[in-house]
Amino acid sequence: MDPLKRVEKDLKKCVKCGACRANCPAFSAYQREPAVARGKVALAQHLLAKDIELDDQTYLTMSKCLLCGSCVEKCPNEVPTDEIVIAAREALAEQRGLATFHKAVGRVIRNRKLMNMGAAMAAVLGPLFFRRVPANSGLRLRFPLPFVGGKRHIPELARKPFMSRHPEIIQGEPGKPRIIYFVGCMTNFVYTEVGEAALALFRHLGCTVIIPKDQQCCGLPGMSGGDLATVKALAERNLAVLEKYEADYIMTACATCGGALHKLYPAVVGKKHPELLKRLQAVAEKTIDAAVLLQKLGFNPEATGAGEAIRITYHDPCHLRNRAITRQPRELLQAAPGVQLVEMEGADKCCGLGGTFNVYHYDTSLRINAGKSEAIRCTGADAVVTGCPGCMMQLSDGLKQGGARTRVLHTLEILARKLRQ
Amino acid sequence: MLEPRIIEKLKQIIGADNTATERQDLLCYGYDATQMEFLPDVVVHPANADEVSQVLKLANAEKIPVFPRGAGSGFSGGALPKGGGIVLVTTRMNRIIRIDTDNLVAEVEPGVVTEQFQEAVEKLGLFYPPDPASLKFSTLGGNVAECAGGPRAVKYGVTKDFVMGLELVLPTGEIIRTGGETVKGVVGYDLTKLVCGSEGTLGVITRIIFKLLPYPDAKKTMLAVFDSIDGAATAVSTIIKGKIIPTTLEFMDHATIQCVDRRFNLGLPAEGRALLIIEVDGDRDLIEKQAGQIHDLIKPLGLVQFRVARDAAESEQLWKVRRLVSPSLRDVNPTKYNEDIVVPRSKVPDVIRRIEKIQQRYDIPIVNFGHAGDGNIHVNVMIDKEIPGMEEKAHEAIKEIFQAALDLGGTMSGEHGVGLSKAPYIPLELSPVQIATMKAIKGALDPNNILNPGKMFPE
Ligand SMILES: Cc1cc2nc3c(=O)[nH]c(=O)nc-3n(C[C@H](O)[C@H](O)[C@H](O)COP(=O)(O)OP(=O)(O)OC[C@H]3O[C@@H](n4cnc5c(N)ncnc54)[C@H](O)[C@@H]3O)c2cc1C
Ligand code: SF4
Ligand code: SF4
Repeated sequence: MDPLKRVEKDLKKCVKCGACRANCPAFSAYQREPAVARGKVALAQHLLAKDIELDDQTYLTMSKCLLCGSCVEKCPNEVPTDEIVIAAREALAEQRGLATFHKAVGRVIRNRKLMNMGAAMAAVLGPLFFRRVPANSGLRLRFPLPFVGGKRHIPELARKPFMSRHPEIIQGEPGKPRIIYFVGCMTNFVYTEVGEAALALFRHLGCTVIIPKDQQCCGLPGMSGGDLATVKALAERNLAVLEKYEADYIMTACATCGGALHKLYPAVVGKKHPELLKRLQAVAEKTIDAAVLLQKLGFNPEATGAGEAIRITYHDPCHLRNRAITRQPRELLQAAPGVQLVEMEGADKCCGLGGTFNVYHYDTSLRINAGKSEAIRCTGADAVVTGCPGCMMQLSDGLKQGGARTRVLHTLEILARKLRQ
Repeated sequence: MLEPRIIEKLKQIIGADNTATERQDLLCYGYDATQMEFLPDVVVHPANADEVSQVLKLANAEKIPVFPRGAGSGFSGGALPKGGGIVLVTTRMNRIIRIDTDNLVAEVEPGVVTEQFQEAVEKLGLFYPPDPASLKFSTLGGNVAECAGGPRAVKYGVTKDFVMGLELVLPTGEIIRTGGETVKGVVGYDLTKLVCGSEGTLGVITRIIFKLLPYPDAKKTMLAVFDSIDGAATAVSTIIKGKIIPTTLEFMDHATIQCVDRRFNLGLPAEGRALLIIEVDGDRDLIEKQAGQIHDLIKPLGLVQFRVARDAAESEQLWKVRRLVSPSLRDVNPTKYNEDIVVPRSKVPDVIRRIEKIQQRYDIPIVNFGHAGDGNIHVNVMIDKEIPGMEEKAHEAIKEIFQAALDLGGTMSGEHGVGLSKAPYIPLELSPVQIATMKAIKGALDPNNILNPGKMFPE
């Protein structure tokens, strides 16, 4: 079936009011109507009516979206532009074949062995993504893709992936909640300290933490490229893994993975494969962001004792913001002894990463990020804290390029700092 | 289709990157909030008055229509390129040039988004009051061209009350300045006011000088629920007779309350037939006193609930009732025709009663809410296009609604303008001589009728 048929009803809901022009990072960067949600919806309508083609121009237009969901929040008519863009990208991929980059992404994230071995991944991805280069401050990784311009700062891969450091089940106290931890690639390979912090916090609460060895990439990079076949394959494998254990919650400390499990799995994969819908919904219902879960379980940041004084500012990851998770992390951070939270301007604005957007449109992504870095700098904070390892990478890149020394930390790292001493 | 040589010339003037002829671009600049669609031949994004002037000179010489466009959030089709031609977009002209805190004026380019301007002046303790509901995305140029208004109009007036001067590119390409930066100024005709609300038919606005005010000290929000529509309407005039001019007096009728309550369950009293959201601003002590006075004044009018917000969060709660109106309307029927008639304040109950009769006669749901303080009612005729005949019936009903407003001494549009959608009705409100006078002005400035043709006047 034509993927756009799937969103036909949604396309009709748009009244062309233009409310989505406010806060669309793609529009703010390009300043052209085709880049805004309203334009993409209009073009999708014309694609469906077959009076425009799935040509280069469409490809370019549909690539100008960070899937941040800001338009969906602002839309008075509940038009799910993100799903529409995904459907359009899927239609493009079906007709034109996947772009080389996305083919590579698909190959890698589908390969269980590679995903289980960080070193191997680095080796395979090395030529494509990462190349170790000497830099003033030691080793660092950067994007060597020609269209990325070789400027990007990428954090070093962890020596040992997070998942291979821990057993599959870490038994907690009897009667306490059982939690499946859906780790996500960024945490597993790059920001392992986020995983350690999550583990410390939930163990502190006495929870049993299950870290299924067979968990896969959530598939969002594939979804963002319209490679729904890969996403489906991953979703099915993840379903099997997540259904294997009796658990009260599926916890994510990565906004993007959480968004995929909680929202996009049922909304996109479920719509395309109705036979999976029920199971996807069951997973979605159990999926909960770490900060929300901490609050739910009555975690009191004060109880862990005072940490060093630190002035922080908080960045709202799109995939938490668009699930209305903005209050909980702030409340937790404010309650942490020694932490002073100063709000930045536009904390809820996208950092510019946008799945694979930053690979295709790196300069634009940096431009969006520049505003963010400036806002962070203006707060005078020692660290910018957020709930998404993807954002962490993008924020670091922007800050480093601008020469700022601000640290980039995950909410859980702040909350767990006394526990992990 | 435009000849390739014209497109070439445009590219020379504006730059190839800022001149779009791809079908996709054309499709994206052919709509606005009316949901009508027309295809332009080319879209240009000029950077300044000089480029606008060169485009207009070319268009005038070649007799090509030009359609100025801000954010395309207009509700009357003012920016739509009916018949094709050049769409001239102001998004690139988006600088706030200066905010002068000594003289309380600001100079901006037309593509600045209204809210961004408000935020910039508020940072300096200043205030730009016009607040159309579209302020987060509409442009100041579009606001001036439509003379946009919002809930604060009761106390502060509408966009034109804040425009002191303009830079305007005439349809023939000359650049002129109108008005200035002085509070007083009586030399010549007031071209500034003429251009405000001219809907892009007399010239392209390339700079605006706005008057600013000091930011009010504090504000207070109240919610008053009445057992009858007359109670709410009388409350409006009673408050003003009591010599209090609130910042806003927003009104919702029974159908609207039901609509919102059904979906969001806001705990409004069951006997409530109409409600007002009242806001006062100014000196902290004064507004405290005014809130008490307002309560005393309206208590005898069938008041069944009165809430006063203690802080910003509670005020936001009260405003939420109003903000939820639009999203809940779709539960009534999928498509709405949003008309924005105005009547003298005291005639609000009469016009609502007339609309109720029209609704019964045509058997189409109509939901009314709006700015009671200035008599501006948003009449939402809710239709389902799938039901045969409903659309036609709705148009008949709308015509009668316009007539009702005019009979009561009002007007067909307080905010949205005439554009394409109301042009056929304009003879209901304006006499042939009035129309001829306006057309004479248009003809003098735009002899070849190239700037936004087909708008405002019936063809
Ligand atoms: C959800 C929603 C709520 C709204 N609420 C309100 C409200 O509360 N009050 C209100 O008054 N309106 C409201 N509107 C209508 C609309 O937002 C206003 O008319 C607004 O001023 C239009 O601005 P724009 O930048 O979108 O202009 P556009 O729609 O692009 O253009 C409007 C008209 O202005 C002309 N124009 C634009 N820029 C220039 C320029 N630089 N020089 C000359 N002519 C120009 C165009 O040719 C056109 O005739 C609302 C619309 C929506 C969708
Ligand atoms: S806000 Fe929603 S309805 Fe309005 S133009 Fe954007 S997508 Fe369409
Ligand atoms: S998802 Fe984000 S980037 Fe994409 S259209 Fe919506 S607001 Fe713009």
